[in-house]
Amino acid sequence: MIEVDNVTKRYGSTTVVDSVSLTIAKGGMTAIVGPNGAGKSTLCSMIGRLIPMDEGSIKVDRFDVTATKGERLARRISILSQENHVTARLSVEDLVLLGRYPYTHGRTTVEDREHLEATIDFMELGPLRHRFLDQLSGGQRQRAFVAMVLCQDTDYILLDEPLNSLDMKHAVAMMKLLRRVCDEQQKTIVYVVHDVNIASWYSDRVVALRDGRIVHDGNPSSFMQPEVMESIFEVDVVIREVKGKPFAVYYG
Amino acid sequence: MAVSLPVSRLANALPRTMAWTPLVRLAVLILLLAIATVAFMTLESRGNWDFVLPFRGRKLAALVVVGCAVAISTVSFQTITSNRLLTPAIMGLDSLYMFVQALSVFFLGSATMIMIDPRVRFLIEILIMASFAGALFWWLFIRSRFDLHMILLVGVVFGILFRSLTGFVMRMIDPAEYIFLQDIFFASFGAVDRTLLGISAVLVTAGGLVVWRVQDRLDALLLGRPMAIGLGIDYQRTIALLFGVVVVMIAVSTALVGPITFMGLIVSFLAYGLAGSWKHRYVLPASCIIACLLLIGGQTILERVFSYNTTLSIVIEFAGGIVFLILLFRGKYT
Repeated sequence: MIEVDNVTKRYGSTTVVDSVSLTIAKGGMTAIVGPNGAGKSTLCSMIGRLIPMDEGSIKVDRFDVTATKGERLARRISILSQENHVTARLSVEDLVLLGRYPYTHGRTTVEDREHLEATIDFMELGPLRHRFLDQLSGGQRQRAFVAMVLCQDTDYILLDEPLNSLDMKHAVAMMKLLRRVCDEQQKTIVYVVHDVNIASWYSDRVVALRDGRIVHDGNPSSFMQPEVMESIFEVDVVIREVKGKPFAVYYG
Repeated sequence: MAVSLPVSRLANALPRTMAWTPLVRLAVLILLLAIATVAFMTLESRGNWDFVLPFRGRKLAALVVVGCAVAISTVSFQTITSNRLLTPAIMGLDSLYMFVQALSVFFLGSATMIMIDPRVRFLIEILIMASFAGALFWWLFIRSRFDLHMILLVGVVFGILFRSLTGFVMRMIDPAEYIFLQDIFFASFGAVDRTLLGISAVLVTAGGLVVWRVQDRLDALLLGRPMAIGLGIDYQRTIALLFGVVVVMIAVSTALVGPITFMGLIVSFLAYGLAGSWKHRYVLPASCIIACLLLIGGQTILERVFSYNTTLSIVIEFAGGIVFLILLFRGKYT
């Protein structure tokens, strides 16, 4: 269980996340949505202990993220942030294997190899495994980074805009994959996403932020209401049913 | 990333009858280093072994200490900053070292300076540098969020500031003291400060061991701050530790041979290309061997071929500058 308790983050006089409390139970996919600057990434980064919070506390399985040893947390929760800048010239396999770092510190064991093979298979990275990261397309690289996070084999996975720079086909493939990870491997996935339709289609729960506060929290159908979405995003929204699921049209 | 291409291509052109694993590559480098060392120690000795061996031995030890200091500090610094175009010299630490020297001469006078045991003086100077670097570190890496451009800018500004302050102090002291200072600043690879050799060797070994102990964390740091933290690295503590080692290593190499800017750049460039792996457990030793090889081989050629007509630092800085420009023009330095 991830417990966010009254967390506040300020940059100077701007409050980016404003006393947010949130409990995410084990299992299922939770999407964090909201307009630009709502504090989605900041909240995600604080849960993943990438940035410190000014007030409040965050616990993952009752381990306080600011007080617990990094390595212990790294076996429970993994995070993929938006910008990933790798200095070394790593191959896909090298990168994915680094996901095992919290367990074996770079001394590859047989078990690590098994995890590597399973992840490469699952992510369909076989043909790319010996390629260097700088030889991959944006979508392939994103898949490699997600593979690394999966290889870390944590109960909780945080993804900050995993669909960044993915086209329609790859975005959908990525979402289906995450759904499978969640259902088949009983992982808890929390991800930040911009596309409300993606969020409602694939998630079990949608948390909406605006101006650093949670303004909606519930299942996708409670989120996919015109008045809810209009109050969050300030656009006119028409909800239609497509393939038996609510679909928001906000163009035009 | 792509920077290592030409060198690795070079390495791939080598005979393919054996597997060029990182260990084999290291062995080859060690062999080359051994050849260079033997040449350095024995060429033109004219049978005068009693004099030549201890004399050249001390020089050799100094070159090895400086080589390792430059190699370890540059590779660590580049990993900390996630940038292959930087050397620790960018932080202005070597000009700080010179400034500390100039200040102590100004306040104590060269007569008093000579009376203090140089090793004690050296330790005090390192302490001053470490506290300054510590403050700078706290400010750059912890208080404000780590920002490469900020570090570059601050480094350049501090470098110029300390250099001009040093110049200012030097204009104010009396000419005899000036000569004394100049003697310290223009130390070269040929005339290293021997009194500091022992303590320098100890410091570099200790620093090297510290870095070696955390080499697996360095590998994870190559993924950048967010992913390193995600993998459970205690980021601030690791960076602080490495930064401390870098500071000590720079103090050592500046004290022994004066400021060197570009050498670290050639060394890390070659090390990443020739080690055949990105892992620090191979790159670190490879960089040390390559640095020693460059210094010892270069000094041998300088002494035997050019009969001391130029200085090693000029040759190395020249070559390093060219490598720097190549990296810059190819544009793929991060």
